[in-house]
Amino acid sequence: MEQERYSYKTPASLLVEVAEIAAPYRDRPEMLMKVITRVQKIVPAFSEEVAQVIAREMNITLTQVYSFVTFYAMLSVKPRGKYIVRMCKSAPCHVRGAREVVLAIEDQLGIRMGETTPDGRFTLEYCPCLGLCDSSPAVMINDRAYGNLNTESARELIKRYIREDVE
Amino acid sequence: MEELHVLLKNRGKIRATEAQDYVDAGGYEGLRKALAMSPEEIIEVVKKAGLRGRGGAGFPTFRKMEFTYHADDPVRYIVCNADEGEPGTNKDRILLSSDPCAIFEGMAIAARAVDAHVGFIYLRAEYSYLMPTLEKALLSSKKLGYIGKDILGSGFDFEIKFRSGAGAYVCGEETALFESIEGKRGEPRFRPPFPSLKGLFGKPTMLNNVETLANLPPILKNGADWYRSIGTDNSPGTKLFTICGNVNRRGIFEFPMGVNLKDLIYDVCGGIPNGRELLAVQTGGTSGAIINASQIDMALDIDTVSASGGRLGCGTILVIDDSNCVVDIVLNNLDFFRDESCGKCTPCREGGTQLYNLVRRISEGHGTIRDLESIESLAWTLRTTSLCGLGHSTAVPVLSGIQNFRDVYLHHIDKDFCPVCAQEGGHRK
Amino acid sequence: MIHLTIDHQAVCVEEGTTILDAARQANISIPTLCYHEDQQVKAVCRICVVEVEGQTLLPTACSTPVAEGMVVHTASPKVLLARKNILSLIFARHPQNCLVCQKSGRCELQKVAQDVGMYKPISYDLELRATPEDNSSPSIRRNHQKCILCMRCVEACEKVQGLHIMDKENRGFHTIVTTPYGKKLADTSCINCGQCVQVCPTGALTIHDDTGHIYQQITVGKTLVVQVAPSVRVTLAEALGEEPGTVSTGRLVTALKRLGFHYVFDSDFSADLTIMEEGTELLRRLKGEGPLPMVTSCCPAWVKYCETYAPEYTRHLSTAKSPQQMFGALIKTCFAERAGLNPKDICSVSIMPCTAKKFECKRSEMKDSGYQDVDYALTVQELARMIQSGGICFSDLPETPFDDPFGLGSGAGLIFGATGGVMEAALRTVHTVVTGRPMERLEYEPVRGFEGVKEAAVDLDGTVVKVAVAHGMTNAKKLLDQIRTGKSPYHFIEIMACPGGCIGGGGNAPRTWKKVEARKEAIYRAEKDLPIRQSHENPAITWIYENYLGEPNSPLAHKLLHTKYVNRQDLLR
Repeated sequence: MEQERYSYKTPASLLVEVAEIAAPYRDRPEMLMKVITRVQKIVPAFSEEVAQVIAREMNITLTQVYSFVTFYAMLSVKPRGKYIVRMCKSAPCHVRGAREVVLAIEDQLGIRMGETTPDGRFTLEYCPCLGLCDSSPAVMINDRAYGNLNTESARELIKRYIREDVE
Repeated sequence: MEELHVLLKNRGKIRATEAQDYVDAGGYEGLRKALAMSPEEIIEVVKKAGLRGRGGAGFPTFRKMEFTYHADDPVRYIVCNADEGEPGTNKDRILLSSDPCAIFEGMAIAARAVDAHVGFIYLRAEYSYLMPTLEKALLSSKKLGYIGKDILGSGFDFEIKFRSGAGAYVCGEETALFESIEGKRGEPRFRPPFPSLKGLFGKPTMLNNVETLANLPPILKNGADWYRSIGTDNSPGTKLFTICGNVNRRGIFEFPMGVNLKDLIYDVCGGIPNGRELLAVQTGGTSGAIINASQIDMALDIDTVSASGGRLGCGTILVIDDSNCVVDIVLNNLDFFRDESCGKCTPCREGGTQLYNLVRRISEGHGTIRDLESIESLAWTLRTTSLCGLGHSTAVPVLSGIQNFRDVYLHHIDKDFCPVCAQEGGHRK
Repeated sequence: MIHLTIDHQAVCVEEGTTILDAARQANISIPTLCYHEDQQVKAVCRICVVEVEGQTLLPTACSTPVAEGMVVHTASPKVLLARKNILSLIFARHPQNCLVCQKSGRCELQKVAQDVGMYKPISYDLELRATPEDNSSPSIRRNHQKCILCMRCVEACEKVQGLHIMDKENRGFHTIVTTPYGKKLADTSCINCGQCVQVCPTGALTIHDDTGHIYQQITVGKTLVVQVAPSVRVTLAEALGEEPGTVSTGRLVTALKRLGFHYVFDSDFSADLTIMEEGTELLRRLKGEGPLPMVTSCCPAWVKYCETYAPEYTRHLSTAKSPQQMFGALIKTCFAERAGLNPKDICSVSIMPCTAKKFECKRSEMKDSGYQDVDYALTVQELARMIQSGGICFSDLPETPFDDPFGLGSGAGLIFGATGGVMEAALRTVHTVVTGRPMERLEYEPVRGFEGVKEAAVDLDGTVVKVAVAHGMTNAKKLLDQIRTGKSPYHFIEIMACPGGCIGGGGNAPRTWKKVEARKEAIYRAEKDLPIRQSHENPAITWIYENYLGEPNSPLAHKLLHTKYVNRQDLLR
């Protein structure tokens, strides 16, 4: 299982881009967050190769990059889907039927919370409060937020993503 | 009941990205006044106004200013805590998206008061879509000379930089936020030393919540007496309340401090929908106390809520109707805290999960009176020995839940059937 | 001065003192786990919480400074309850099989549990971490399940050694201290120094145990030949419960004999040999044969560091082997011949203050005798355990001298055990060789002591030799960086990976600077009394060159006593 978790390889062409992002911040460890958030936009996961490149270019240790990445919930060392469906787990959504919405989405995608669809398109995750409590239950798919969900509207929403009916 | 809009006065009325709109609406007047004053004079005004922190603890803002101003190190920082992560809260999102220049102005005033020249806004990753708005607003404020070098010809320089998180509630804790800005894991530091003396990059730092900073411009502009005329003696000013959960009208409302909770729920928000009854209210977010329906006739100011065992905190009001079960709500809260614990100190790292396990046992109908005792003892341990506020807060819903809904726990222990918890039994992590 | 009350005692301490230190000054002990006197305050285990009147929260004694008029209770019912709950939380993640743990009896967690009075089973769910043990390293074993996340090892590795092999992974309940991307320790750039083991309060990090092999070799009837490193005589007694700095040379030989070792030799002898070989090499390099500065190669942790982080600069390393490996090569050649033994019937063992020596003896280059030159390197801690298992009352043992012919070492060989010792020993001999007379004072103070980087310039009748000494890898890195940038002003550099040198080595009993200081005093005290204090004056050295090796750096000496280095840069990828 451990092997599987770290088995993902990043294409060499992407590593060049990663190096370009990290290189300007050599010997500036405090810029790690900035580098990481930029790199995240271009890589599917912080694989060992990616972390190596960041560590090398910034002149910090691989351990530091790894420890950092595994701390923050939105960063991952294993690849996630093209669409990351983040379902709010906090109480304001919980008291307004978030659970039913979760069951509906799980059912529709055929995966459970924390899993990725076999085609690599969807990852389903819980997340803490999205700050959309005035329209709970809420979900965030990549950078876009959707509120006031119920089982029907959630299914409808996922359907649009399945059909790539979003810009 | 009428809202009183001080912080929300520009909401929806100006273009958030245009500093000129903000200026036309009377913005940057407070900063103009502050630039003509000495740091001591600014601190004095804030002291007279009685402004207290809006992030959670309610610490007097002028004290933070004083400590930072008198610190030995000449390099100081201002940090705006926009890592709004408290479940049920979105007031900062509204302020940042509708009136960002007010935050910049607040930071600049604070900077002037403590003689700082660099400020950071730490924005939570979940709000990263606000970044373009903020960047545009900052650029346009700079163009008009309100932020940057030699502000309004006063010789005072102040730069603002944006930093973002990557998904960690604990980074809302000030020292954890510093660690995160420094490129490390967001783990809190022990105190003392306090951030006012040794904060970001080891320098004296004044960190404030978005809403606290947004209060500074109107205070400087209209004076301390005006500010004191709003709210209560110990908590002057207005407060943003996020009301969510099972109420007819949800959203952000601005009222003077001391507004009655019952009035908020029933008058302002139109009561409970679907003919349900009120079961409980959690004030101050997940780290706040859970009170029962008989306790809601309460004035919402910092000290009154604290005296009731909870905290006003960030002003979140979660209304829970009787289709829910308090044990289940507490379990939900604990699930949140155990996910968000940074793992640095023993009580919070291990205790959060053990508390969850114990409450879960009760919710599943396997609990005993001894478990209830273990829960209380463990929650007390988290409350008193954890390194930071996250550990302390974990205990609050647990202890208040048991205190205010003891019979509900006993019913579960007596193996009485609870339809809500039974359903949640099938709830998968 | 600050006046406060601790447990009803009036206490007066300096401003800035922590509650913990104030209590200790008043002879009140507060249990601690993450606190280590040589390290930064971490305040993460929360075991040292105390009650301060007027505060609802229980502050940690290790991090909270005293204040005027403070009233502290270090063992009130509240405090004891909190400590019990916290310990229960730790226990709920910790294997309950203390009886079969290498640290049993020496475990700080066990000690704290006793002090706090944990006599009842805990009421929380036991949930051990699933991560498997890591036995890949020849030097260090890891067991995550026993880790209490005190972060001492991370500080030792990152701050003291500048390596940062391990740190936290994940957060919250799932936090563990581990290597990045699930790597085995052997696949990382770990230099096997064992400084992490030194500070680990539990059995999470332990020394790779080779004692089983020794008993097996005794059983199969091998001839056991053992060499004892210079520093061991000042650290073994401490590992068996005596005062730090107790010298136990003669008792140690007796103990080894009683354990079944047939020949007990002194690595001080091969340290002297190192001086002859390395000193000769230095003189040749000073004449232009080879690059300068020349850097010592006695420390296998440093050698691996250089091979990994600066492989292009290994040509600066002296080609001379470490004393352990020189001895190993001679035992299975010269000694075997003289004793009429077949080398394959010899089991060559070393007693070392060092975990990296286990790695060194397994290096593929170290087979110049035609066999693995040193079969097993045992640390002081392992030997102490064997002595305990053997039922030997160490404090009452009579003294026995080392065996001939390799039982005689000079004082110069002995001081190899402390930082600066190799340099001082080399300077004594080089001075005599170049100027024809010994140094006026043999004690060369500029290279002694615990300053991170020490430097000196020695005038050899007109030839000025500039030298530097570093201990601890963060200090060593400074000297290495100078070499990298071509700015090193030195001719000769001594580097030891462990702070304090071998007396601070990872194989000794758990260190503190105070203890290492006592060990250093002991080694220099013992050295002063020795009849022979310069390597070239050691008759055993004269004998081996006359009867076996020829002269320093002779072809045979090169074959047996010198080595090559490899490029390990791949460990960083």
